[in-house]
Amino acid sequence: MDPLCIQSDPDLTPRLFRVIRHQRELHDTVTLELESGEGSPLYFCAGQFNMLYVFGIGEVPISISGSPHEPGPLVHTIRSAGAVTQAISGLKRGQTLGVRGPFGQGWPLEAATGQDLVIIAGGIGLAPLRPAVRQVIAYRERYGKVSLLVGARTPDDLLYPAELKEWRSRFDLQVHITVDSAGADWRSHVGVVTMLISKAEFEAGETVAMICGPEVMMRFCVMELRKRGVAAENTYVSMERNMKCAVGYCGHCQIGPKFVCKDGPVFPLTHLEPFFSMRGV
Amino acid sequence: METIDAIMAEHPFFKGLDPSVLKIVGGCGSNVRINAGEYLFHEGDEADRFYAVRHGMVALEIYVPQREQVTIQTVGAGDLIGWSWLFPPHVYEFSARAIEMVRATSFDGACLRRKCDEDTAMGYELMKRLAQVISQRLGATRLQLLDIYGPAVHTK
Repeated sequence: MDPLCIQSDPDLTPRLFRVIRHQRELHDTVTLELESGEGSPLYFCAGQFNMLYVFGIGEVPISISGSPHEPGPLVHTIRSAGAVTQAISGLKRGQTLGVRGPFGQGWPLEAATGQDLVIIAGGIGLAPLRPAVRQVIAYRERYGKVSLLVGARTPDDLLYPAELKEWRSRFDLQVHITVDSAGADWRSHVGVVTMLISKAEFEAGETVAMICGPEVMMRFCVMELRKRGVAAENTYVSMERNMKCAVGYCGHCQIGPKFVCKDGPVFPLTHLEPFFSMRGV
Repeated sequence: METIDAIMAEHPFFKGLDPSVLKIVGGCGSNVRINAGEYLFHEGDEADRFYAVRHGMVALEIYVPQREQVTIQTVGAGDLIGWSWLFPPHVYEFSARAIEMVRATSFDGACLRRKCDEDTAMGYELMKRLAQVISQRLGATRLQLLDIYGPAVHTK
């Protein structure tokens, strides 16, 4: 895993953060920019997550989706899917919440130096990958060919459309976007994101793949990447599980011998492969 | 000028086929250019052709009452469009519209069916390749049907 990833002390006390910007991304998704009550920014590496705590309601793990290489507000994109995420999404400018973190292992951006990159995001999975894409762009000379493959349900469900447009305009990034269904005015791909893998240009033997999205999507992406010759040890996936303590004490997020909060959420496929499609795990 | 069979040899669907087979299959083909917005064929038309796309992107559409044309999938360079020419009643089940300018090799389905019947070894090889394309599309369609980007069942 990336040696520069900061490992947080197993601190179980949340720090107070204030919402300084609230932006609606999709009908059920918002991005919050948060500022520490203590004034010091929170340093993290791409792929790590924080535990966000709405006092009196509950705590959830949410990936960080800002720029790891630039000091600034803490950025989280949250899809409203339950009581806690709904409460977080409802926070307005000036309101506060508790933050613990950053936790976990991030994307292997240092280890991938000199390699081609295939970055695959499905749905809300683009949020944990956005810091990685931004960092790759900031240090573009370190990598070979870079492909970003993005899938969503419909064009209206695409996260960060303005940023995607900007990335698509770059000559040093191949960006392919696909949706499951679209009207006649949609001028990009329609179909599952796995179909885009054959469109991406990379040298399989020197490629690192980073995938985040629904687990079934990741499974099929892994199969397609394997057909193209990308090795399991160079394929990384970001897992989502029911995380509680975030420091490997409680065991809620265990997959086989691994804890998603501590050993992940980003795993090399080789660490997870036996459990990746196992029922009940 | 490159011959049809030489152009076909570069397409993933035909890659690795014996040159003599490429020549026979190429005898049923012609190079076409379809401008953006034009249709290669319409749903319900007689399925007399299929296309090996070399450049550009094509939307496969189905007409849904009250939703007009719905794009169910897009295909592009290196892909194949249309297999209704192979199976009775030889009617296209969807429409194909060029999203951008498309260059493709277009094949006469009846001509190719006849040649496959005459040379069953060649026919079997082509069917194996076509079955792989159909299988890939079926797998992709199954994933699409799962609506995988919807919210997870257990959420906070």
